[in-house]
Amino acid sequence: MINTRDLTIKGTLELLKKKEISVEELVSSCLNIIESKNPEINAVLTVNENALDEAQQFSNLTPLRPRLREGAAISQFNNKPLLGIPIILKDAYSTKGLRTTAASKVLENYIPPFDATVVKKLKEAGAIILGKANMDAWAHGSSGENSDFGPTKNPYDLSRTPGGSSSGSAAALAAGMSLASTGTDTGGSIRLPASFTNLVGLKPTYGRVSRYGIIAMGSSFDSIGHFTKDVYDNALILSVTAGHDSLDGTTSKLDVPKYHLKLETSMRGKKIGIVKEFTHSGIDSKVDEVTQKTIKTMERLGGEFIEVSLPHVEYAIETYYILVPAEVSSNLGRMTGTRFGKGRELFGDEAKRRIMIGTYTLSSGYYDAYYNKALKVRTRIKQDFDQAFEKVDALLCPVSPTLPFKLGEKANDPLAMYLSDIFVAPMNLAGVPALSVPAGSVEGLPVGIQFVTKQFDEQLLYQVAYAYEQARGPIENLKINT
Amino acid sequence: MNNYIPVIGLEIHVELSTKSKMFCGCPADWFGKAPNSQTCPVCLGLPGALPVANKQAIKWTIKIAQALECTVPNISKFDRKHYFYPDLSKSFQLSQYDEPIGQHGSFSVHFDSIENKKKFRIRRVHLEEDAGKLIHDGKVSLVDYNRSGVPLVEIVTEPDFHDSSDVKRFLEELQTLIRSLGVSDVNMEEGSMRLEPNISVARRGGEDREIGGGGGEEEKLGGGVELPNYKVEVKNINSFKFVKNAIDYEVTRHIEILEKGETPVQETRGYVEATGKTISQRSKEEAHDYRYFPEPDIPQLEFSEEEKNPPLPELPTAQLEKYVNEHSIKFEDAFIITHDPLLINYFEQLLVILIRQPAEKDLGVVTPAKLASMLVNKRISSQDSPEVSIQKASTATQQVKTDEVALSQSITKVVQENEKAVSDYKSGKETVIMFLVGKVMKEMNGQADPSLVKERLTTALKK
Repeated sequence: MINTRDLTIKGTLELLKKKEISVEELVSSCLNIIESKNPEINAVLTVNENALDEAQQFSNLTPLRPRLREGAAISQFNNKPLLGIPIILKDAYSTKGLRTTAASKVLENYIPPFDATVVKKLKEAGAIILGKANMDAWAHGSSGENSDFGPTKNPYDLSRTPGGSSSGSAAALAAGMSLASTGTDTGGSIRLPASFTNLVGLKPTYGRVSRYGIIAMGSSFDSIGHFTKDVYDNALILSVTAGHDSLDGTTSKLDVPKYHLKLETSMRGKKIGIVKEFTHSGIDSKVDEVTQKTIKTMERLGGEFIEVSLPHVEYAIETYYILVPAEVSSNLGRMTGTRFGKGRELFGDEAKRRIMIGTYTLSSGYYDAYYNKALKVRTRIKQDFDQAFEKVDALLCPVSPTLPFKLGEKANDPLAMYLSDIFVAPMNLAGVPALSVPAGSVEGLPVGIQFVTKQFDEQLLYQVAYAYEQARGPIENLKINT
Repeated sequence: MNNYIPVIGLEIHVELSTKSKMFCGCPADWFGKAPNSQTCPVCLGLPGALPVANKQAIKWTIKIAQALECTVPNISKFDRKHYFYPDLSKSFQLSQYDEPIGQHGSFSVHFDSIENKKKFRIRRVHLEEDAGKLIHDGKVSLVDYNRSGVPLVEIVTEPDFHDSSDVKRFLEELQTLIRSLGVSDVNMEEGSMRLEPNISVARRGGEDREIGGGGGEEEKLGGGVELPNYKVEVKNINSFKFVKNAIDYEVTRHIEILEKGETPVQETRGYVEATGKTISQRSKEEAHDYRYFPEPDIPQLEFSEEEKNPPLPELPTAQLEKYVNEHSIKFEDAFIITHDPLLINYFEQLLVILIRQPAEKDLGVVTPAKLASMLVNKRISSQDSPEVSIQKASTATQQVKTDEVALSQSITKVVQENEKAVSDYKSGKETVIMFLVGKVMKEMNGQADPSLVKERLTTALKK
């Protein structure tokens, strides 16, 4: 058995190249953890029964087989940057022949006839899809508790949420069930769980990664990102998933750099913004201490901190909860149960709530007062970010105002739940990239910090985060409790 | 009837004949294919599938818009139109709401002469996707999504029609126009052209007031007549004749209701071919709030000046006017030629030869008008090469040198020898003239210009 909890992708690829481990060993180690730990954590909804068979295709790289010519082996790794890497996908990603539910009973029996573009790219890069991760149904939520298949638990404290909506993806990776996992971030759904589970979580620029085949929540917000253990791994995966897709008209044609090969850069003279409006928003003082510590670390590296203002960001949550439900109500209209899936009576409360809000705000007579107005505020918020990035290279902000909360703590209070996204949702309104990076721990619970750059500057985002990660040192007092 | 004026607007759907569908790569040629064989995750509306706009369809819609003298904006977009129906795979239709590709145009239609021309305003031209098709089979209903996502252009007129005959003429002309652009089959049987008239009837303000008929420039109907506060939409019409029938039936029905002091119900009705009547399908009380909003999956469309003004072929109406005004072709001949894609193509080739060659070759009195007339009367055929037809025409009209003295003698002789025919002619049976012309030609051994013979003969008989 390989201890996958402590393995990075980078480290694993080295071990595979040196033939110290085999892909099959790696995959079966992950599958073992899923088998033993999933009943407790509830991170995985569907296991890919063919994963081990798929691992076989790389069996010529295993130590047990006759030696492959060295050159041939290396070229395989060059062509397949994720060769043999076990990955778990959020269950919003369409997988050909593998059940895809969006954690809703409505799609309990839905098996897509096609792969999402990102799934295709990951497979082509050599990744092995182990299974599909639990989530808030339809990605509606911040804790994973809205899943129709039961909440996911935080591996660091089973009484707490791993954050959501990409709850299963985060918990699975933290627990060692895979070496990376994917998510979707419509209003913080990758960054919040990354922060709650000591992982690096990327929300890329809107349009950087194809949305084709990923079950839509808020189509103009959905950003297709992923979780990894460190910044290098995260940059490596984006190098695979990013890029123009002829099947997604909103993807950019900008070149995709090999982000992971250009991580080292000096922070000297880099201007980093602190958002004025985020400093007095009822933030937990212990979380704030971690933020302050991060600022000190970045200053030590030569970063210059400047206070910037995002004057309209105080309306972000309200704006978000008008525009996103509008798009949700439209996107979920096709779930009629007549052609695939089951009937709409199986929608959970949160989905119904959003369908109703969205239907209302788009109705004639209310459209101008709600949807149209919210669009205008969204434009202002975008402009706020644009102006901020005229002054600074990056922003540094908290991810969550609180520590990972208890399961059930906010489950019956939608408004309190919505406010957990106060520091993460604005980036989705603006379409800018943001990365949640582990920054410390409080009372044995992980706390993340968020870096933000301007649109399509993921390279700088990773450089800043990498510099921080290198200077930060190991995070103490964190232990997986399962 | 004189107290009422029909007010009619039209919605016309035209399926574009692009290779692929509007938002995916599936073939757009759905007609007659095995059910659901031309589908993919996008046109089936599967979760996660995204639309990508077909550029060719957008270009062709701009062509239609320009041919209808619309303004094409710099920026356009697609919107989601929400309603539920089993043949609508996403439970919304991708359409255009407030920024259609074509805005505020007009289309002028000739009636029976070059002077009798009416202009009808076009409100908008927009691009959308077609829905699938429901097939009812006994107790079950089946859905075929082959047609789902086929590009569909909707042309909406202002309520400028007051007469069902005008509507029929307008539609015939529109079909000719779109066919000439080469962007659609505009085939009524296969449903690539569909017609939905919106009909209401207004009460005239007073008997002495005139209604602006078909002129279409007025915002309100002239003579103090307001637009009625209801309208009836008629669907399920697949020929121009049936449009006329449906409108006539509806107008009579509305007047009967108005006479009783009531207002016709605002509703959608279906035309029944067998009876020539319409029946109620659904009343507008059930009409949907479509909850339009901009389609987030498709970036806004931005058009350059070049894209807004694509090269257009010479349009049928302009050709008709050119033939009549510049080439002195008879309106009827010009009309027939400009309304037949084969004939017009052939006739244009004839014109090129005729215009290029008169100085080099003696073509006699072959004129465009003569050629047009011969083509329409099948005396020359588009089966022949244009050169052959020109030659035929030339031979037929070759000026024959007529011996005036011999002609005069021949006429005298024929008049004397055919007393009965002459008296028939004089008593009003004018067709007899051709019999007499034939006799004279025989006397002349064919060495005379028949038109000259006829002219002289007519003069002689008047004495």
